[in-house]
Amino acid sequence: MATEHANNSEHALTPAGYIEHHLSFNAHPVTEGAGFWTLHVDTFVMSVALGLLVMGLVWLVARKATSGVPSKGQAFVELIFGFVDEQVKNIFHGNRHSFIAPTALTVFLWVFAMNSMDFLPVDWVAGIVSFFGGEHAKWRAVPTSDINTTFALALSVWILMIFFSIKVKGLVGWLHELFFSPFGTKIWVLPLNFLFNLIEYVSKPLSHSLRLFGNMYAGEVIFLLLGLWAATGVSGTIFGAILGAGWSIFHILIVALQAFIFMMLTVVYLAMAHEGH
Amino acid sequence: MNINFTLIAQAIAFAVLIWFTVKFVWPPLLTAIETRQKEIADGLAAAQEGKSALEVAAKKSEAAIAEAKQKASEIIGQAEKRGSQIVEEAKGNAKTEGDRILANAKAEIDQEVNRAKEGLRSQVSALAIAGAEKILRKEIDAKAHSEMLSKLAAEL
Repeated sequence: MATEHANNSEHALTPAGYIEHHLSFNAHPVTEGAGFWTLHVDTFVMSVALGLLVMGLVWLVARKATSGVPSKGQAFVELIFGFVDEQVKNIFHGNRHSFIAPTALTVFLWVFAMNSMDFLPVDWVAGIVSFFGGEHAKWRAVPTSDINTTFALALSVWILMIFFSIKVKGLVGWLHELFFSPFGTKIWVLPLNFLFNLIEYVSKPLSHSLRLFGNMYAGEVIFLLLGLWAATGVSGTIFGAILGAGWSIFHILIVALQAFIFMMLTVVYLAMAHEGH
Repeated sequence: MNINFTLIAQAIAFAVLIWFTVKFVWPPLLTAIETRQKEIADGLAAAQEGKSALEVAAKKSEAAIAEAKQKASEIIGQAEKRGSQIVEEAKGNAKTEGDRILANAKAEIDQEVNRAKEGLRSQVSALAIAGAEKILRKEIDAKAHSEMLSKLAAEL
């Protein structure tokens, strides 16, 4: 089923084969022609499952939320709620409860859950998957180390950004802003204004998505390299284990921080769309 | 690092998750938290109100006690006054009563004296008559002289 089986010949366990295997997606064509119409089943299944899990857990608590003395679960959920709400309140000055704040909560929890998959030891995931799907089965557990996921989120935010811009300022107001800011309304600066805004509109989703992708991908590669080291012998195993533990602990910070940064940028972009230049 | 259909699938998943959160997760949490915040604020305000009410009540009770004390001392003063008045009255009454009794007694004494005088007078006249009778038995007619003697006795 997997499309990329070109290097079946080097299936004998080499470092390149190991990394290749761990960084390959479980890709399925959704139509005959493959190419763009390919779905990374691992990314999709993991992200949807994690999304349903975290938002479902929060929903279970929210459903029975009481204004009286909260249960421990509710207190925890309210802690996260308060944290996200506070951040949004500081950045966005409008009716945040109708859309932006819940979006921020979704982004934060979902990205955090997807990033957290990096804590699963890479070879355990591979072991479980090969147990069910055979030796050649590929499975990447961290959806945010797939550029498709981070781009999907960033582009969704980008579309929302343009949507809110037009909704708040009107189509004319938005086009006006596109050509008349930030340098003014003189005829000869209009192309400059447009170029400036164009760069801004292109760079926002790129930096938004690539920051998260880069961090998660790099984290995974480091784990793979440490795994490779462990394969070289006893000393490699010991040092690989120690450094792997250290990297995991450091990764807790990265996972939380990147989820937070992704949420903050989402809120900032959406808030900027509501304000004139 | 190839962009493919996964991007669209993920975007749809993202949209569904946002819709779910906006619709089902955020509102109940927000309601619960805001209701609780309002309840706490109300509770604090009520506590403040109760405190000030207590202060007012304390002041009122103090004033009431002071008033009661003043009234009590007034009443005691009046009672004292009234008491001494009653004593004075009683003294006056007793004096008049005493005077009256004294006057009665004097009158009675006078009466007794008069009666005694009357008695004595009649006895003296009887004695005088008896004496005179004894003296004058032989020579004086009792009948003739008794008239003169009773006249004499009346003059005593």
